[in-house]
Amino acid sequence: MPAEATGSHAASESVGTTGTTTRDHDAILVGEDVIRRFGGLTAVDVDRVEVKRGLITALIGPNGAGKTTFFNVLTGFDQPDSGSWSFNGRSLKGMPPYKVARLGMVRTFQLTKVLAKLSVIENMRLGATGQRGESMLSAVFPTLWRSQEKVNTERADTLLQRFTLDAKREDFAGSLSGGQRKLLEMARALMVDPDLIMLDEPMAGVNPALKQSLLGHVKGLRDEGRTVLFVEHDMDMVRDISDWVIVMAQGKIVAQGPPSEVMANPKVVDAYLGAHHDSDVSVEAEEARLAEVREKLEAETGPRDREDGDPRE
Amino acid sequence: MDWGFIFEQAMGSALGPDAVVYALAAIGLNVHFGYTGLLNFGQAGFMAVAAYGLAASVTSWGLPFWVGLLVGLGAAGVLALLLGAPTLRLRAEYLAIVTIAAAEILRIVIGSVTLKDEFGGRDGLQSFSDSFTALNPYSGTVDLGLFSLSRGDAWVTTVGWVLVALSCLLVWALMRSPWGRVLKSIREDEDAVRSLGKNVFGYKMQALVLGGLFGALAGFMVALQQAAINPDNFSTDVTFNAYAVLILGGAARVLGPVVGAVIFWFLISGLGTFFSEAAGGRDPLIPTWLMTDTQASLVRFILLGAGLAALMILRPQGIFGDRRELAIDAR
Repeated sequence: MPAEATGSHAASESVGTTGTTTRDHDAILVGEDVIRRFGGLTAVDVDRVEVKRGLITALIGPNGAGKTTFFNVLTGFDQPDSGSWSFNGRSLKGMPPYKVARLGMVRTFQLTKVLAKLSVIENMRLGATGQRGESMLSAVFPTLWRSQEKVNTERADTLLQRFTLDAKREDFAGSLSGGQRKLLEMARALMVDPDLIMLDEPMAGVNPALKQSLLGHVKGLRDEGRTVLFVEHDMDMVRDISDWVIVMAQGKIVAQGPPSEVMANPKVVDAYLGAHHDSDVSVEAEEARLAEVREKLEAETGPRDREDGDPRE
Repeated sequence: MDWGFIFEQAMGSALGPDAVVYALAAIGLNVHFGYTGLLNFGQAGFMAVAAYGLAASVTSWGLPFWVGLLVGLGAAGVLALLLGAPTLRLRAEYLAIVTIAAAEILRIVIGSVTLKDEFGGRDGLQSFSDSFTALNPYSGTVDLGLFSLSRGDAWVTTVGWVLVALSCLLVWALMRSPWGRVLKSIREDEDAVRSLGKNVFGYKMQALVLGGLFGALAGFMVALQQAAINPDNFSTDVTFNAYAVLILGGAARVLGPVVGAVIFWFLISGLGTFFSEAAGGRDPLIPTWLMTDTQASLVRFILLGAGLAALMILRPQGIFGDRRELAIDAR
């Protein structure tokens, strides 16, 4: 108990020192000592992570950093070797993914998963929770679920309009473009009415024009009081919309904080570009070496005619 | 060549007990494979446990006929739970492997000498359907113009088509509901369904049981039509033919299995009669150096295979299927 108290105190203090915007937000999702190994490879080894309620948190890191594995673990799609994690104060350990979703924590996928042979509106309707008609016995009697279905459809239509998919309402979801699929998946996740929505690379393979509208939609999620956690590679997007950034590299969290601060952190730059990324490529270093070689040559052969001319003089 | 006779034979199969059995079996497979994407290759096993549940209850254990029906349905339900529990959390292939193996194990165990007292060994069981035939309202052979049915067949066929109609009605009612939507979504991508808060395992299990119960009805029809059963009535080709029926009619369509069964049996029976007529007799149409009459009875299966291959190429969605649904298939 004391250890726990100091832990949360330390966490809130670090938040307080790094940014004022995050002071009032408690953690909606907390993970502690989460470890996931695949054979000899430790894909995720996170000491402590918190996602603050009501903010947009970005989870970034190079390929293979364990972001998606961590996502899978948090949402119940994968079970870690050890660790504990909780959502709204409720432990999610060993909980199957569908129960995690029912608690109000819904994810999307890196490779978009639309139900290709169902129409867009049917995709949306599926998202609604607590449907009476989804029990086998009452399914046979439409009077038991028709009114609920109508309410769900109206909600779905509102969301489709917001995500500009209303023109595609009756089309098969499989006929949508990649970007539209991303939109549909996000809209469908909202049918669950989640507190926390977790987007796995929402911008991957989306053209720049649609990217802007997607950014708007993600911001809209926060504005209506939802918490967003997303995995992304696109640094512009991260800088633009996130309130808090968590950086993972080789399974560990190497830095976290507000975007401007994190982007300037040398550890983050290292994680993305490699530790020695600036040692051999700068112009000055190249020229210094060139001058050195030239001096040597002149010492051996004596001053020569500058026919080709030195570009620096 | 007696075309009238060939046509009569074909119609007798297409609308008679044969088609009923395969329509019911394929309705079950439609719930499994067509709607939910479960690869059940052991439908013959579900039919077997139901038929033997009925027959053994009445003949070996002296229980009333209606109790036998309940035992049969119960056995099919339990089989579904047993097969589903270990496999439905795994990838689709595992269910396929387990079901085909289970169906064969059941067939061999049922026919074993050790269990001869209960299941009659290779000879099977007889005289369990007296209560059923006692209800027969027909007094003699029923002539339907195109073809005629014997008194017993007419009764089985009547009951059978009523069952088919009720089954189709149930499938239709279920598949237009939110429950059916979840099944179809599982067929498309079960992780997506999980991520939206649905208990995928539970739905798959429900689908497996429901389809198995339709298989049980098919098993009852086999038993009642023949008034006797033996293990060979439930070999693997029963399952494969039921799949042929389903694909022919169009998967994930309520009436697909019914239309498929009618066409399948019209062709199988019609072609069988045609070739035995053409190759047999004193002056055969097909010369004996090309084909003897014993060979002729097998040609229909060659043609069936070729026909199914052609169907897959020219109309992969089956007769009732929706082409659009296939054109966008990512797999």
